[in-house]
Amino acid sequence: MKRQLPIIIIFILGVFMVFQYHIPHETSEFFYEFIALDWPPIIGMFALTLGIISLVRVSITRVRQRQDNWQYSIVTLVALTTIMAAGFIDTRGADAPPVRWMFDNMIIPVSSTMFSLLAFFIASAAYRAFRARSVLATILLVSAVIVMLRFFPLGPLTDPESELSRWILTVPNLAAKRAIIIGVGLGIVSTALKVVLGIERSFLGRD
Amino acid sequence: MGMFERLMALDRRWVYLILGLAVMAGVKARIIIPIPISQEARRIHGFVDSLQAGDAIHLAMDYDPSVMAELQPMTLAFLKQCFEKRIRVVVSSLHQFGPALAAGALDTAVARHFERTGERIENGVDYVFLGYKPYPALIILGMGQNYRIPFPNDYYNVPLDDLPMMRDIKNYDDVKAVINISGTSATDWWISYGNGRYGIPLAIGVTGVMATDYYPYLQTGQIFGILGGLEGAAQYEMLVNTPGPAVEGMSVQMIAHAIIILFIIVGNVAYFARRKSLPQGSGSV
Amino acid sequence: MDWGTLIATTIAAFITLAIFSFLYKDNPFYKFAEHMAVGLSAGYWVLILFHNVAIPNVYQRLMDGQWWYIFPTILGALMWTRFSRKASWISRYPLAFYIGIATGVAIPLEMRAKVIEQLNGTVGLIEYWRSPGALFLTSFNNTLILVGVVAGLVYFFFSKEHKGVTGVTAKFGIGVLMIGFGAAFGFTVMARISLLIQRVQFLFFDWLHWY
Repeated sequence: MKRQLPIIIIFILGVFMVFQYHIPHETSEFFYEFIALDWPPIIGMFALTLGIISLVRVSITRVRQRQDNWQYSIVTLVALTTIMAAGFIDTRGADAPPVRWMFDNMIIPVSSTMFSLLAFFIASAAYRAFRARSVLATILLVSAVIVMLRFFPLGPLTDPESELSRWILTVPNLAAKRAIIIGVGLGIVSTALKVVLGIERSFLGRD
Repeated sequence: MGMFERLMALDRRWVYLILGLAVMAGVKARIIIPIPISQEARRIHGFVDSLQAGDAIHLAMDYDPSVMAELQPMTLAFLKQCFEKRIRVVVSSLHQFGPALAAGALDTAVARHFERTGERIENGVDYVFLGYKPYPALIILGMGQNYRIPFPNDYYNVPLDDLPMMRDIKNYDDVKAVINISGTSATDWWISYGNGRYGIPLAIGVTGVMATDYYPYLQTGQIFGILGGLEGAAQYEMLVNTPGPAVEGMSVQMIAHAIIILFIIVGNVAYFARRKSLPQGSGSV
Repeated sequence: MDWGTLIATTIAAFITLAIFSFLYKDNPFYKFAEHMAVGLSAGYWVLILFHNVAIPNVYQRLMDGQWWYIFPTILGALMWTRFSRKASWISRYPLAFYIGIATGVAIPLEMRAKVIEQLNGTVGLIEYWRSPGALFLTSFNNTLILVGVVAGLVYFFFSKEHKGVTGVTAKFGIGVLMIGFGAAFGFTVMARISLLIQRVQFLFFDWLHWY
């Protein structure tokens, strides 16, 4: 009941969905449209709130126990409550003007600036770690530099028609990425098969 | 300490400062450089250009604020082209922080179109914004059967059946293509599930980080075009004759790239010079 | 510019600078902005889930008499048993339902898009040789792609020791992969710089109006 039944459910649904793809039938189409594709967003809604509830619980615990930097957890909780209050008072929810305001002037600056810090980190990495230590590292470095040179008008090297960086993208890069895609594809399919057949069950957690 | 040692031990904050100042100077200078247009961008533009007024297209905006710098200019340029050609746009956003960006982009594109032409683009008639649902892979499949399965209502909570535009749009059969502008793995699902199961023509606009990964799909025809990062956005801005932040950004990219290439060279010269000066077997750091 | 916009952009600008201050070192301004964004983002997500899923997909459908939507709702709510130590096993049912469907649809579709189509595309390159007016350069490139893909796959194939022919092929494969990673690095540089450019454009143009 605790373990076997979920594994059986996965097996039945998984096998059914594989067959449904190959042999579409009225009954299976009905299940596909009205259950398989219709229910998951609803389940997903509950699943995704788990993370948010955990965040609230962790923040409250940090404040209660006066853990390191507990003051910032108050900031998190106040921010969360404020935006939720603004969205629930207004029937437009996430599209309510105060919510849009907070999104535009507070969430966007933090999120986009946080990621823009990576520009500095990649520059520092280029300076400190991007060394031609071995043949392979040199290949990597030369390829990267050629691709980066595509912005400069350097004659035949970066001519749009016979551009070297374009050749890298569409020939060796294509081959490399295709090998990876095929590897990933086989990985996904074999993992999915293991899940459906009940061989891989770690995601169910321990008893 | 010799010069090379000193160079190798340079505090990373100097590197930050040099890059920061260069980017600031570049942004302030506002230089426009010529932008070569790639075939991949041309193909997307040409495809949309070949559509008739009244045709519908699906714009999937699956990204969040962290990558909007690269992708929002693409979206705006693309919407401009659609609105000018009077192509109807179905917009979805399968990233939880995407809807506000999508709604903002639609508002901006509608306002700009009105300023330029005096024509009003109406929600529900010229475009529909579906909003967000969790589990992108299954939502993509759901929309392939019927948009109403995952999205009984649009983002503004109006039933799809009440929207004039959706009367003749049931699923992907009724849109000419999906253009996926994305900073997430949703692109993979659009390829495997949207194109794979329903055969919908698909083109993608992705972040620079992702761009090189999708060239294999271009060769197989699973996608018919790629816009890669700010460069792709700048190309599209040029194609729709509206140079904007992306086009302006390209001269700054040139400066920043020159600096990073210089960093790589200096770093390597210092490394090799230092290694040479060290006695054999003392290892390298 | 009206006062509202000025205040809004000033707040956004201060938040931007607070995050940038991390480059010097971690500090309370950075921590404040970061924690605020975590709270706001989580709250925004709740609102999106509530107004974009709970209302249209559950509440309105139930109100319209589509009573059967009570089933996915109950199934979904079972996810919350995770918070109880004793009852957390019940959350495996909704999880099993989702995983069963998601893996079931993935198997044929991922196999097709990522494996079969890619192999087709690679093998199809050989056909080009025979087409009339085939260009030497294109044929050369096609061959290179074919060899590169095969060599890359050999490199990933760990069931046989990388020695002899396998070893040479795998070495060539890793070389091709390195070119691919180099290209990705080059594009990543552009991506990261783009984000920085946009923030500087915001500070200079939208906030300071310093054109």
